[in-house]
Parts: sequence; C-alpha cells; structure tokens
Amino acid sequence: MALGRDWAESWLRATAATVAEHRSELVRLDREIGDGDHGENLDRGFTAVIAKLDSVAADATPADLLKLAATTLISTVGGAAGPLYGTAYLRGSTAIAGESTLDGAAVVAFLTAARDGIVARGKAEPGDKTMIDAWTPAVDAAVAANGEGRSEVEILAAAADAAEAGALATEPLVAHKGRASYLGERAIGHRDPGAESSALILRAAAETAAESSSGT
Amino acid sequence: MKKLINDPRDVVSDAVAGVALAHRDLLTVHTDPIYIVRADAPVQGQVALVSGGGSGHEPLHGGFVGYGMLSAAVPGPVFTSPTPDPIVDATKAVDGGAGVLHIVKNYTGDVLNFETAAELAAAEGIEVRAVVVDDDVAVKDSLYTAGRRGVAGTVLVEKIAGAAAQRGDSLDQVVELAERVNANVRSMGVALTAPTVPHAGEPSFDIGDDEIEIGIGIHGEPGRERIGLEPADKIVDRILGPILDDLPFVSGDKVLLFVNGMGGTPLIELYIAFRHAAESLKEKGIEVTRTLVGNYVTSLEMQGFSISVLKLDDELTELWDAPVQTAALRWGR
Repeated sequence: MALGRDWAESWLRATAATVAEHRSELVRLDREIGDGDHGENLDRGFTAVIAKLDSVAADATPADLLKLAATTLISTVGGAAGPLYGTAYLRGSTAIAGESTLDGAAVVAFLTAARDGIVARGKAEPGDKTMIDAWTPAVDAAVAANGEGRSEVEILAAAADAAEAGALATEPLVAHKGRASYLGERAIGHRDPGAESSALILRAAAETAAESSSGT
Repeated sequence: MKKLINDPRDVVSDAVAGVALAHRDLLTVHTDPIYIVRADAPVQGQVALVSGGGSGHEPLHGGFVGYGMLSAAVPGPVFTSPTPDPIVDATKAVDGGAGVLHIVKNYTGDVLNFETAAELAAAEGIEVRAVVVDDDVAVKDSLYTAGRRGVAGTVLVEKIAGAAAQRGDSLDQVVELAERVNANVRSMGVALTAPTVPHAGEPSFDIGDDEIEIGIGIHGEPGRERIGLEPADKIVDRILGPILDDLPFVSGDKVLLFVNGMGGTPLIELYIAFRHAAESLKEKGIEVTRTLVGNYVTSLEMQGFSISVLKLDDELTELWDAPVQTAALRWGR
C-alpha cells in the first residue's frame, strides 16, 4: 500500500516517541560539543506537534500533516534546530503538496526538498559535521533505491540506513558550522547531535512505512 | 545544584513576571509569547530596536529596554534562542512606522530565528533590517566556523544605536551606527567555573578547580585553550593582547573599556581586572575616555569575565553619553 495520511501521522507520532526515548542521549551528545539543549528542544517541539494532530481533518494529505509539523516546530523548538527542521518539513511538504498517497518518486521528492531546505537555511555543506551529513547520504540512497525500482518502504529503509551511517561518520570530523565549530579539533570523536536526531527521524519514517505496508 | 528557583520549567516566566513588577515605569511584559517592550511603545516616527536571545544573560536584553536603548527584548528559554513568533510579535508591537532594527548576536540559533522572523514581519509590511554582532576575537572568523560569536559588545551596539534612534535618525543611519560599533569593538572572555542550566541540572562543561578556559563564549562554549589558574593580571594579558592585535588598536586611539562580569565573579575582582587592563592600555598610548564595569552580559552563575574595547570617534562618544533610562543602564535623565 502506498503511503498516505495515516502513514504521515504514524511517522510524526513515532518521531515524537523516539525523540522522547533518546532525549537524554541527544542532550549528552549536545553537551559534549554544543550547549546541551538539543534533546530538550526537540522533545518540546514534537510533543507540541502531537498535540495538534487530533485536530487534523480525516481527508488531509500527507503534505498537510507535514506542513503542520513544520509550522509547529518553527514556533516551539527554538535554537538552530527549530528553523532547520521546520524548513525541512515545510519544503518537503511543498514538494508533495496535493498528493493523497506517496509513491517512491514522491518520497524521493520529499527527502530531496527537505535536505535542500536545511542547506538553504543553515548553509552547511557535507562534511561540516551537521545534520546535512545524515540527510545527504539519505537522499543519495533514496535516489539510488528509486532508480532501481524499489518500493517506497525500501527507499525509506535505505535512506534511514544511510542516515545512521552518516551520523556515525560525523564522529571523526571537525565542525565547520553551528556551535561545535568553536571547538576546533576538540569536536573530533563526538557525534553530531543534529545528525543523530536526523537519523532517528528517518528511522521512524522507515519503520512506520514498513508497518503501514504490512498492516494492510 | 543549588538555585533560587521554583520549578525549573518556570524560570523564564517567573523572572520576567518579576521584571514586569519591578520596572513598570520603564517597560511592559507580554506573556504567551513572552516579550518585553518599552512602556511608551510604539514611538511614532522613531526607528525601533529589537534584540533577544536565550535567557540566562541578564540584564541582557530585557534590562536594556527603555528610553534611549532597546524598544523590545525577546527572551528565549535559558541559553536557547527564542522562536520567530515572539520576535515577530515584538517587532509589530514596537514598529512606529520608521522601520525596525533587529540586533542579533552571532549564534546560529539566534541568526536563523531572527532571519525567519524578519521574513515574516516583512511579509506584513514592516521594514526590518538586521545587524549581527560578532565581536568575539576568541573564535576564528573563517569559512570553516559559524563566524565570530556575538558577546558583550552587544551592549555597546544596543546603547549607541538606541541613542541614534532616540535622536530621530533614519533606519539607514541607525543601521550604519550599529555596524560601525560592531566594526570597532573587540571582546574576549575567560571562565573560571561552568554555568548550570536549570533544566539540565548539571554544569554545562567540566572544568577542574585549578583550571580556567580562555576564550569562553557566553553559554560556556569552549574557547581557545584550557590552562591552569593564574594571577588576574596575567589572565588579563592573555585576553587583552588578542583584542588589541585584532582591530588593531594603536597608540592615539580613544577607546571605551568595558570589563564585564559573567555572573559569578564579584565586582571587587572585576575592578582588579579593570585596573590592569586600563594600565596596559595607557602604556600602549591608548586613551581610555569612557568606561563600563559590571555584570551586563552574564552566563548564569558562571565565574568569569570578558573585556571589550571599543574604538570611539566623536559621534560614538556623543551617542554613548546620550541619556538612557533602562533597568540596567541609566544616566542623563
């Protein structure tokens, strides 16, 4: 089954759950090379998103839900993560506007627009030790999987795998953007918290896609 | 952790409620979302100044709201930038038809949230310009960092730009003066201890009893190096040198010397630092014509201090001396 409104809602709920579950881990990662508020801020933001989901119309599109997440995150997260994730969901939802279900090409369009939104807002490049280091390999993997004609569930799984590998690969890097850039070489050996939360979000997308596919 | 707080989640709202009660002659506090505006806002025909950022740096920024300085301050959660919504609301609340200047410290979160807010306010027909303050010489300004941080020099930008707005300057003129201050001020700080964010409950970084961090930011972000504790004069030398070399400041310059406390260092120690900094400048032929000493840009209870040096010209001096009436700076009126 293609991914529709119900999947978008499940994804957002699963994201809130995984962010809450990994909150202290994100705080710890951010405390090491940032200011220690990433887990707290994201938890506050996705909790606010969940609170608004019940009021969404039954005939809403995935884009409607993801745009609601965007505006809520911009209004509640603060820090750098609020505008960055907010822009990601906003640009992503615009790329799939009006579609009631998402096929592989739509999933790729969403992920690509989301990544491009983060780049436009944060001006980071791959290798700068930011969330882009999770998103760029995720988009590349999604494009490749779609090119091989794989299903949307497989595309999201490939994206999540690549994002996790990308987050892990930030550990040896020196940061060139964000607060960790002030550390210079002292950032080496620490995983970027934004790349880690990006990997959590994409893993939630892949898992809920697999569940909604197998459930019908 | 020992703190004079109630519920850690209520720290900012409890504090701004206190600010509202203590300074009702100067300002008005809005809640949900939280922002602070001058009691007489909006002042028609006058450029409005809006600043903001994470809480925990008091009196920055709410303590500088009032006559001759900020029109509004937007406090975010502790050490976290405010979101765009309250920045937009504050911008609309103080717009007197002559445009609004956003004064933003160069931290990624502050810059991104103020940029988003400026776009939203512009969409509602308000002319918004932004000046990003980046006075911290501890951070290399290159393509490979987020750029220099905005630290204590922000107070000097807010005071001088605020005086320009108060005398009736246009938005272009106020922007030029704010940029001129930023271009001529250099700062650097030192931490002796770490601050503790209330909801985090533990210090923001680990530092030994006998260690200090040179080049600290105002959230306790690390600076250039970690060294053993030294006498005050030697510590002053370590940060004054990079400050003076950077602009550079040279013999014959007239400057404002600002020794800022980070919250946990007593005034008696700040004056010890001021003495050596002032004497060092005199030896180099740099004339200190204006001064400021005290806790103005803090980092919660962190022990530490920063030095800022601003090269003055006649106009900047006149605007510095102009009347100001805020909770934390008040003279001439």
